[in-house]
Amino acid sequence: MLASVPSLESLPLRRHATIAAIAWDRLTAPEARRLREFGFDEGVGVEVLHRATLGRGPIACRIGRMTVALRRAVAATITVSLG
Amino acid sequence: MSTLPLVALVGNPNAGKSALFNALTGARQKVGNYPGVTVERHSGRFALDDGRPIELVDLPGAYSLDPSSPDERVTRDVVTGAQSGERRPDALVVVVDAANLDNHLRFTLQLVALGLPVVVALNMFDLAERDGLTLDPQALARELGVPVVPTVAVRRRGLDELRHALTGLIDGEIPAPAPSEVQEDIAALQRRARALSVVATVHETPVRRWTHLLDSVALHPVIGVALLLGVLFIMFQMVFWAGAAPADAIADGFDRISGLIKDVMPDSILRSLLTDGVIAGVGAVVKFLPQILIMFFFILLLEASGYMVRAAFLMDRLMAGVGLSGRAFIPLLSSFACAVPGIMSTRTIEDEKDRLTTILIAPLMTCSARLPVYTLVIGALIPNTRVLPFVGLQGLVMLGLYIMGVLGAFVVALILRRTVTKGASSGFMMEMPKYQLPSLRDLAIGLWSRAEIFLKRAGTTIAFTTIVLWALLSFPQVPKDSPVSQVNYSVAGRIANAIEPAFRPIGFNRDIVLALIPAMAAREVSVAALGTVYAIDNAGPDDETQVSQAIAGKWSLATALAFLMWFVFAPQCISTIAVTRRETNGWKWPLFMIGYLFAAAYIMTGITYWLAVAAGL
Repeated sequence: MLASVPSLESLPLRRHATIAAIAWDRLTAPEARRLREFGFDEGVGVEVLHRATLGRGPIACRIGRMTVALRRAVAATITVSLG
Repeated sequence: MSTLPLVALVGNPNAGKSALFNALTGARQKVGNYPGVTVERHSGRFALDDGRPIELVDLPGAYSLDPSSPDERVTRDVVTGAQSGERRPDALVVVVDAANLDNHLRFTLQLVALGLPVVVALNMFDLAERDGLTLDPQALARELGVPVVPTVAVRRRGLDELRHALTGLIDGEIPAPAPSEVQEDIAALQRRARALSVVATVHETPVRRWTHLLDSVALHPVIGVALLLGVLFIMFQMVFWAGAAPADAIADGFDRISGLIKDVMPDSILRSLLTDGVIAGVGAVVKFLPQILIMFFFILLLEASGYMVRAAFLMDRLMAGVGLSGRAFIPLLSSFACAVPGIMSTRTIEDEKDRLTTILIAPLMTCSARLPVYTLVIGALIPNTRVLPFVGLQGLVMLGLYIMGVLGAFVVALILRRTVTKGASSGFMMEMPKYQLPSLRDLAIGLWSRAEIFLKRAGTTIAFTTIVLWALLSFPQVPKDSPVSQVNYSVAGRIANAIEPAFRPIGFNRDIVLALIPAMAAREVSVAALGTVYAIDNAGPDDETQVSQAIAGKWSLATALAFLMWFVFAPQCISTIAVTRRETNGWKWPLFMIGYLFAAAYIMTGITYWLAVAAGL
């Protein structure tokens, strides 16, 4: 069923997913640290709540009990599995 | 006196630390600075159970002991005892958001491992309950090995229990946790924090319904943007309309003080120093206080309610286009009232280069000091014709000047990000806090402390520079029977003569150059200065029509447009330069700012003048 592995960037709104992998090496050190501090990690549940206006604005996603805003380039490094 | 026990409030951003700090200390607080860094130190006093005073410091919010901004570095250094100018605290109050335990407990675990006496304030306990969480503070206390107190800072609940626990900690009745190695692997810590949060949570239902509902409006691609524009519109309406009357009253008050001094003191250099120098100069700044307070009120309100991050979210795409992030939006917005508070609020930008770029372009936002100048010149020389129904030419020119400033700022940001502040964009990653009804008390305390900072910083600089400018305009004194006026005879007049050739190509005559010199202290002073130059005696607020008539007769339209363009770009305000020096810790960047603004002003004014002349204006 999983034709391609979706990233957080392409995840449909309000669709529950689990973080499968994060390409830490594609992130700068401060970005990687912040992501970890927000609780992003393999195996953690996540969902996209909102996408900002006008093309490629940031996305807002739920992680744990927090809502976090990310730019799409960062969201693209986070692969998720559905289910 | 410095031997009072020191207690530090520490925790994640959005844990409600400042609200708890305000609830504990009330108005008895001081805002200072940590030495060598631009991080504010908020401290205050409160009393233990038996009335003994305690000094409380509110440390900047942090996510871990691994700092990623100057603010977070101060937090780490204070709790580890490495911060210069600060004792190591005798106890910590770790503030956590009760509705976000699995994230906030991670930092708590690191702090507990330090081995200082700790009490955990399980804050915003009511919101967690509203959110469908049932928590067991006792279970959490057992697991952490430190006391845990549920609090609701904005409703002042749980404060007595917190005070009681602190008394026990300070007296050593409640033992400090045993120090252990501080775990630095965030992923491992996070797993422990999650496990703890599971133990402490009795019951849980899906999260934050209200916040999600509001967000689906506030972050909506169309409605959200319309809402943001509406909020901004109301804010500026209030700043310029509601702020105008008190500003005039303050200006009148200062005029009256000057008048009183003139009545009781004989004419002398000292009287002139007092009235034309100190009182006029300080008055010119204090006059802006009502508008700045209204601006601050809205900014505090938007911050405390949680909306500000949503605004940054909506604006991020636009800001990313010029190499900045959504976080720069807030400082730039405040700069429309005054660049000084705008530059002060860049402290929330983590990335140094982002922050520097934002500081450097802040003066290009059309601040309220430019308004009297724009109004005067537009009123004098732009015909009041209607371009469209309800759209007048004068209003269009005014709008054009605002847009010119914003466009200029964007172009400058683009250039800076590719040259002097080059580097990878820091991106935009922010926690979006839940919406909250702000407490009026917290707003009042925030407003008071910001007003104090503004008056101190702007006031002292301005008082000093106006005295210097006054001296430039007053010395040497013109001989009694000379036909030359004092202004022309003064050092400033001579400077104007000397530099006038440099300004002739861009359409400025000597009179204008002379009026620009006192405008260095505060832009709107140039209105009065033009009055003086055109030999209008006692040019005060009532004489603006005379100044207007004088320039209508003497200036060409090309000169007027060039003059307006100069005010869009030129580095004219010494308070801005002073605050830039403070915020960048040195003279390098303020000097750079002066240099580039001056070059931009010269070029843009020149282009405006030559185009206008070519068009036959």
